[in-house]
Amino acid sequence: MSGSVSRSGSRPPTLGGRKERLDALAATAADGPGDAGVSLAASAWRRLRRNPVFLLGAAIIVLFVVVALLSPWLAAHDPTARLLEGQVSRARNEIPAAQEGFPLGGDQVGRDLLSRLLVGSQQTLMVGVFATVIGLAGGLLLGTVAGALGGWVDSLVMRVVDVMLSIPSLLLAFSIGALFPSPSQFTVILAVATVQIPIFARLLRGSMLAQRGSDHVLAARALGVRPRAIVFRHMLPNSLGPVIVQATLVLAVAIIDAAALSFLGLGNPDDSIPEWGQMLGGAQNVIDSHPNLAFWPAGCIIIVALGFTLVGESLRDALDPKNRR
Amino acid sequence: MALLDVSDLSVVFQRRGEPPFTAVDGVSFSVEPGQTVGLVGESGCGKSVTSLAIMGLLPRRGAVVTGSVRFEGAELLSLSARQMRDRRGRDLGMVFQDPLSSLNPVIAIGLQVTEVLERHRGMPRRQAMVEAADLLDKVGIPDPRRRLDEYPHQLSGGMRQRALIAMALACRPRLLIADEPTTALDVTIQAQILALLAELVRDTGTALIMITHDLGVVAGLCDEVNVLYGGRVVERARRHELFRRPRHPYTHGLLASIPRLDAPRGERLVPIRGSVADNIPWDHGCAFAPRCPNALGTCVEVTPQMDEEDGRLLRCHNPVQENQEVPA
Repeated sequence: MSGSVSRSGSRPPTLGGRKERLDALAATAADGPGDAGVSLAASAWRRLRRNPVFLLGAAIIVLFVVVALLSPWLAAHDPTARLLEGQVSRARNEIPAAQEGFPLGGDQVGRDLLSRLLVGSQQTLMVGVFATVIGLAGGLLLGTVAGALGGWVDSLVMRVVDVMLSIPSLLLAFSIGALFPSPSQFTVILAVATVQIPIFARLLRGSMLAQRGSDHVLAARALGVRPRAIVFRHMLPNSLGPVIVQATLVLAVAIIDAAALSFLGLGNPDDSIPEWGQMLGGAQNVIDSHPNLAFWPAGCIIIVALGFTLVGESLRDALDPKNRR
Repeated sequence: MALLDVSDLSVVFQRRGEPPFTAVDGVSFSVEPGQTVGLVGESGCGKSVTSLAIMGLLPRRGAVVTGSVRFEGAELLSLSARQMRDRRGRDLGMVFQDPLSSLNPVIAIGLQVTEVLERHRGMPRRQAMVEAADLLDKVGIPDPRRRLDEYPHQLSGGMRQRALIAMALACRPRLLIADEPTTALDVTIQAQILALLAELVRDTGTALIMITHDLGVVAGLCDEVNVLYGGRVVERARRHELFRRPRHPYTHGLLASIPRLDAPRGERLVPIRGSVADNIPWDHGCAFAPRCPNALGTCVEVTPQMDEEDGRLLRCHNPVQENQEVPA
């Protein structure tokens, strides 16, 4: 029986030549381009590059970000200047139509609609990014604490999360926004971010718990790795996949929620800084006679939210470890 | 003095609302420095739980570990979590069954090896990387420098297990526990890994506890073999004695159920009837009695005790006699 345990070095000579040839063959196969050191992110990127859904979403996002950053220069007119005020007549319900230099016409008080849309993307980008980052940070903190410590800490955190999740998200955001004495863009960000915290926390906690019982965490413990390193090196990085995906999806939700809060009047009351939700809110009085005033900001919100959703969905597929090769 | 002295080790799992479950029931054995000891038994016999208990890796809540585990004279079971952590990976290493899931998928191999070196030997990262390449080379991984930058999914199964062995042996522990280290590998790789383990253990003087359900693995490697059934050791003997003359009907059954190349053509394998019972009824007779071809009336009434006879330990009322044909 001990014969079955043969050292690789002591093979019969007849096999030696063949083994070497096989090894050489295997080595050439393994030496393919980009084979060495492919991390999870790199292999995900390789698959994303060929995914048309991802490319479309990414194109929308890139366009949106570029427009937001360059909007002060892209906008033909000052978005706060009432250049077409002369064509506005409240009595006759007249709002400036499209004309030379003003391809989308003016708004209710005679400001250039296109310039307001372009500059308004800044606010939307800012609210979306900050709300997501703050929500992500809070969710990571709570989720890591709950998933790493477990026990009563986990129970406590998760009950708080349950309570927050039991309130409809827009209602919760609305209530948080109303806590502040004066509405501003900052309160919108905070309100939208707070709504996202429990979602991130629960997601991370779930995958942390799954990691806690995993073989590689047990193996790391068997090597005497300290608990802090177990959590931050072995559990957290392996739990982040679903959270990253959720973050891109939350960007879309945050943009919609922020627009909704502005629409409902919880945003910045000063309408000199254009914001899509606020523009939409302002257009509702004239939506019968001038639907274009609502159409453009609403369309922008939808397309940008769609872009983030497409990227989020394709990221989810790409980061799924079951798809890895 | 024995390197590791396990005596009367018991593990009882307790869950709220469920009756306590005894997974290990008074197991005793010892390992001398440099010795290789096998723990053999089928699934559910308590061999893995025994190893986790020795390593202090069982959950603190829910698992009640009693008895004594002395390592170089020091009682491991009374150590604090922190003290035990300092010993794991440094004094005691462990290799697990599934090499893919035992590696962290998002960290390159090199960082996983250096983590142990930094943790226990206080090496700076750069020096640890050099040492890690050396370790991978020692366990027979070709082109170790390139492998340091690769991720677990890029390595073959055998390569992964070699990397895990390198990590377990990185700090030169005096005891290595290998829990079914070859079960997830294919047969040719199994032989390579076993040969590697045998070689490393011989060269470094590391004691090895080999946990397996496969007596073939034990045959090539172990000095002494403990056969476990239902959480208790039922037979212990030196390897050659055990294979030449299995005394316990369970050991006999395990050996009879292995396919042999030198068996006459057409001979049927002899399985052991039934499967391990969920609850272990050692308090009312022998746990193996319901499946035992040799069972007597006393077997279901009186729990057999460990008896010593010519250098082996045996827990059986009616052991297999020499030249006895055991009916299946």
